[in-house]
Amino acid sequence: MAGAASALFFLDLKGRVLVWRDYRGDVSSSQAERFFSKLIEKEGDPGSHDPVVHDSGITYMFIQHNNVYLMIASRQNCNAASLLLFLHRVVDVFKHYFEELEEESLRDNFVVVYELLDEMMDFGYPQYTEAKILSEFIKTDAYRMEVTQRPPMAVTNAVSWRSEGIRYKKNEVFLDVVENVNILVNSNGQIVRSDVVGALKMRTYLSGMPECKLGLNDRVLLEAQGRSTKGKAIDLDDIKFHQCVRLARFGNDRTISFIPPDGSFDLMTYRLSTQVKPLIWVEAQVERHSRSRVEFTVKARSQFKERSTATNVEIELPVPADATTPIVRTSMGSSVYAPEKEALLWKIKSFPGGKEYMLRAQFSLPSISAEESIPEKRAPIRVKFEIPYFTVSGIQVRYLKIIEKSGYQALPWVRYITMAGEYELRMI
Amino acid sequence: MSGHDSKYFSTTKKGEIPELKDELNSQYKDKKKDAVKKVIAAMTVGKDVSSLFTDVVNCMQTDNLELKKLVYLYLINYAKSQPDLAILAVNTFVKDSQDPNPLIRALAVRTMGCIRVDKITEYLCDPLQRCLKDDDPYVRKTAAICVAKLYDINAELVEDRGFLETLKDLISDSNPMVVANAVAALAEIQENSSRTIFEITSHTLFKLLAALNECTEWGQVFILDALSKYKASDARDAENIVERVTPRLQHANCAVVLSAVKVILQQMELITSTDVVRNLCKKMAPPLVTLLSAEPEIQYVALRNINLIVQRRPTILAHEIKVFFCKYNDPIYVKMEKLEIMIKLASDRNIDQVLLEFKEYATEVDVDFVRKAVRAIGRCAIKLERAAERCISVLLELIKIKVNYVVQEAIIVIKDIFRRYPNTYESIIATLCESLDTLDEPEAKASMIWIIGEYAERIDNADELLESFLETFPEEPAQVQLQLLTATVKLFLKKPTEGPQQMIQVVLNNATQETDNPDLRDRAYIYWRLLSTDPEAAKDVVLAEKPVISDDSNQLDPSLLDELLANIATLASVYHKPPDAFVSRVKPAVQRPEDEEEFPDGLDAGPSELSATETEINASPARGPSNVPHVPTKAVPTAAAPPPAPVPDLLGDLIGLDNALVPVDQPTVGSGPPLPVLLASSAGQGLQINGQLIRRDGQIFYSFKFENNSLTPLDGFMIQFNKNSFGLAAGGALQVPPLQPGSSANTLLPMVLFQNISPGPANTLLQVAVKNNQQPVWYFNDNVPFEVFFTEDGRMERATFLETWKSLPDSHEIVRDLPNSFISNMDATLEKLAGANLFFIAKRPLRDTNQEVIYFSAKLPRNIPILVEITVLVGRPGVKCAIKTPNPDMGPLFFEALEALLK
Repeated sequence: MAGAASALFFLDLKGRVLVWRDYRGDVSSSQAERFFSKLIEKEGDPGSHDPVVHDSGITYMFIQHNNVYLMIASRQNCNAASLLLFLHRVVDVFKHYFEELEEESLRDNFVVVYELLDEMMDFGYPQYTEAKILSEFIKTDAYRMEVTQRPPMAVTNAVSWRSEGIRYKKNEVFLDVVENVNILVNSNGQIVRSDVVGALKMRTYLSGMPECKLGLNDRVLLEAQGRSTKGKAIDLDDIKFHQCVRLARFGNDRTISFIPPDGSFDLMTYRLSTQVKPLIWVEAQVERHSRSRVEFTVKARSQFKERSTATNVEIELPVPADATTPIVRTSMGSSVYAPEKEALLWKIKSFPGGKEYMLRAQFSLPSISAEESIPEKRAPIRVKFEIPYFTVSGIQVRYLKIIEKSGYQALPWVRYITMAGEYELRMI
Repeated sequence: MSGHDSKYFSTTKKGEIPELKDELNSQYKDKKKDAVKKVIAAMTVGKDVSSLFTDVVNCMQTDNLELKKLVYLYLINYAKSQPDLAILAVNTFVKDSQDPNPLIRALAVRTMGCIRVDKITEYLCDPLQRCLKDDDPYVRKTAAICVAKLYDINAELVEDRGFLETLKDLISDSNPMVVANAVAALAEIQENSSRTIFEITSHTLFKLLAALNECTEWGQVFILDALSKYKASDARDAENIVERVTPRLQHANCAVVLSAVKVILQQMELITSTDVVRNLCKKMAPPLVTLLSAEPEIQYVALRNINLIVQRRPTILAHEIKVFFCKYNDPIYVKMEKLEIMIKLASDRNIDQVLLEFKEYATEVDVDFVRKAVRAIGRCAIKLERAAERCISVLLELIKIKVNYVVQEAIIVIKDIFRRYPNTYESIIATLCESLDTLDEPEAKASMIWIIGEYAERIDNADELLESFLETFPEEPAQVQLQLLTATVKLFLKKPTEGPQQMIQVVLNNATQETDNPDLRDRAYIYWRLLSTDPEAAKDVVLAEKPVISDDSNQLDPSLLDELLANIATLASVYHKPPDAFVSRVKPAVQRPEDEEEFPDGLDAGPSELSATETEINASPARGPSNVPHVPTKAVPTAAAPPPAPVPDLLGDLIGLDNALVPVDQPTVGSGPPLPVLLASSAGQGLQINGQLIRRDGQIFYSFKFENNSLTPLDGFMIQFNKNSFGLAAGGALQVPPLQPGSSANTLLPMVLFQNISPGPANTLLQVAVKNNQQPVWYFNDNVPFEVFFTEDGRMERATFLETWKSLPDSHEIVRDLPNSFISNMDATLEKLAGANLFFIAKRPLRDTNQEVIYFSAKLPRNIPILVEITVLVGRPGVKCAIKTPNPDMGPLFFEALEALLK
């Protein structure tokens, strides 16, 4: 099962190699280029192609980011999950360095690119992808100093994500609980699938090596401690932790303890698959008047408590591709016709709970069309929104203890917000 | 923090190289550095700057780390082309490997390992030795990987210098990253060595589990992958490991999660407590589901793996089918895989919801996805008897939408549904007939014609319907012609009136005289002869009851599944093929741009997809008669390719000539486990034949896959078998449609026994000849897996067993030790053997030992019983087997089969 990458390529949209790093000398750049150009030729858009392809004894794995493809080639039975994920991490690291990863930034920074590729992977084995720590010893021109750099302790430490000696005047932690609601409602109004994916996003500005302990209203923990859990505790289906969290400890007694990285990171993500009542319910009625006109009547209803308010609500209503001259009336908010998306966007800045708004739209259709043409597939209605100070799961941060040997007091700030994730309602 | 390196790319003037040479030798540091950057920029865009080798190497001795790194990078790229000059760099390397700065020490040893020049390698040993014992863990972790590099270049050197021992010592290193890299290096070395170098013992196990908690996420993946190969000594040991690994399921890194799942699944095989197993299944489900929130490429890998996991442990995700419902924006490759898993998880409980989804998908835009969705409905109908009716009504609704390809796909699956549930749903035929004239795909047409022929007596105007096809008979594809022929004969036998009589004349004439397809011609002659000599016999043959089919598509063979589960997260699990099928052990020559100019098409000469490696494997002399000197199959493009030119030109030509690119997931579409290669495409002028004898529903079939890698279409396939010990012969015509270049077809050939029995002692050799209209006759050999002969009625009562055993004389008893056989899990083994029609009778412990004696019965055709006694110590290799049968010369063959089953 041992297996590693042979080489890592950055290719442009036409499949030409921009930069590559050879790790094993058994795949050449012209081979890779030839393969990928053929793929583009054949598929048009490699984005719809399986991301793992075998060709002439070599496996290619690729992802796309902006106008760049990142591709790994291997001749062995390597760990596909790890290498594909590594490519995504490379994107993250490069974004940290160059703000954006694209053809131009690669060219503008090729010296650092080579340095990073040398450090992040060795002989095709992923080694180190902590952007923040990497930038302590691999610097871009602007920040380069003439003193000899040494590998930060963190690179090989058990705490590989944080360097020692960080100092802040004011020690603060910001904790954002962000919940994404994913929902799929069938054309008969039945909820087919619904889940909530939450994340605890942290920004830490803490000195030294702080020991943190986070307390949630986790039912399993509270019950284990023999506390009453009536109404307040929640069940989290699957929790994923940032590598700083001691998993073995969590496995033992459900304590979330960690030394955080400096700056922002996702401390944990969790998933809840309990049936959620759609927070914003959208119903659309479509009437086709003869063959020249189509009329939509859309009702949007907020189904959460009145004290909460959804903001930046955007309802994307798919319309026929050949529709023209929209006439739209709304009881709230504004609407924009976006022909490039084949949709009408209905935007409502503020949508309090327990309210219902209406939209009527009329489009002209070209008078000539085949009577018995294939009924075209319509995309689902998609909804975006944010509801601040509210979580679907009811998750609560009970405490965040921060202990550092210098004994400073740190202030934790907690915010809650719920957002629409993949929020789709299929139309009739 | 954006840089401005792009300026280095913009050197224009003609005298670029001499100019760079001057700058490299400049006395000003900055100018030197800029020059090296320009050289690297030129290298990046593919210009040959190897002529500057000496000048660049001269810049190597510098305090500037950035400059040093660039020079090193240059060396990695060009040392191979200038091996004699590369030696100039050695001194600096050795010096750097003792630099006070660990960053530089590591850099030196890391780079040296990447330079695959023998002369340099010799000088690497001493610095490597030092670095492996360096004080700084950063240097040690780099040195650990470097041992694997050196092993790759010169394995002997590594063994002679004792690097392996030092590397093994690093497993006990105090630093977790060093441990992880040492594990990765050792695992790779083990992979490429035939003897045991790296085996996890209970001692190292402890070290690895400890390092697991502390090392980086990537290091955790190395360690988990290594742990998955550890054979726990007993259930307790296994439970212990699982307990330590389970917290990894909570890791944010999907690769860590998948590798942890792999370890847990491996160890679960040993765990006997059903409670523990159930609990583990429950723990694995949520992390597996969460993988579907990852990036789409990761989802794809996860889905391919989940596909394997649900085949082995369907309960894990039995309640989670909803998470596999497709999202509108999922990439198509994710949707296709989700569909496959939805079919696997569909059950009577959730089928209504699943059907609603399939119906929704069947109206999407992507044609391939729509087709797959329609087919999925059919497969659910075949899988779930109680839901079949609902599935059919959904199919009928879809047919009513009248989208051409949906209708055709629906008809194809409805034909299968008829085969699965005969005499149940024929009432819908009338609806199907309405869409008759919209059919234009061969498979759909053939299916519809089959339906008309099969149910001719219930379709009033069957003759009219068939007649409408007859007009175009000569132009139809072979598949349709064959079905038309058979359907017309069926019609005539069922309704021997004037109309059908005339039709049959037309068809037989057409099929015998107007065609050059031997399959069609032969079948037509047989029907003709039958009809003219004995119409009753014709009825018995043509209208015979057909065996009921089942949905076994996309189910992998258990032993392959085992192998793939041991390879979770790796490419093998993505391809659903064992690693050997796509990884060649032979190291390809190192390809540098220079090398390639000598062999313009070097490694690309092989055919597409995986066959390139298979070609290499099978071209070994061991393959026997089918072995022909290895010729590149695509000799034409190679010869026609223009003289070596810069890459873009070559590309243009290749694209025009070559349609070698086949999506790699093809094997999953409608095929079972991969079949062994019988005729390699190098030996068959581009025709590759894979095949294996299998037993299904009480009958022996030859399961074939024909793959056309040549440049011409191939058609008119026929098959012949030589005399053999069992008298195996084809029980029907070989049904292979014409194969376009780059396409393949699977077929099942029914086999009959006792036809042409060759005299002499029984052996498993089967000689096969295959021909087609375009190529010479191909001969190849296959080994008959003896277990295909075990009949389904081989189960014996205990009493009968005892009686038979006693009644057979002792001379009919044969005993054999099978040292390589192995029973790790009694229940699983019994189930597996029962699957091969080897039936368990009784079991008793052997006194004073831990061994057990197990009795089985089996039966060969013509009612020849085989009585089996197996003595075994569960969990230990070595099985003693005694059999008694009236036909003792079958003994060796039986042992061979048993050995294969107990592997």
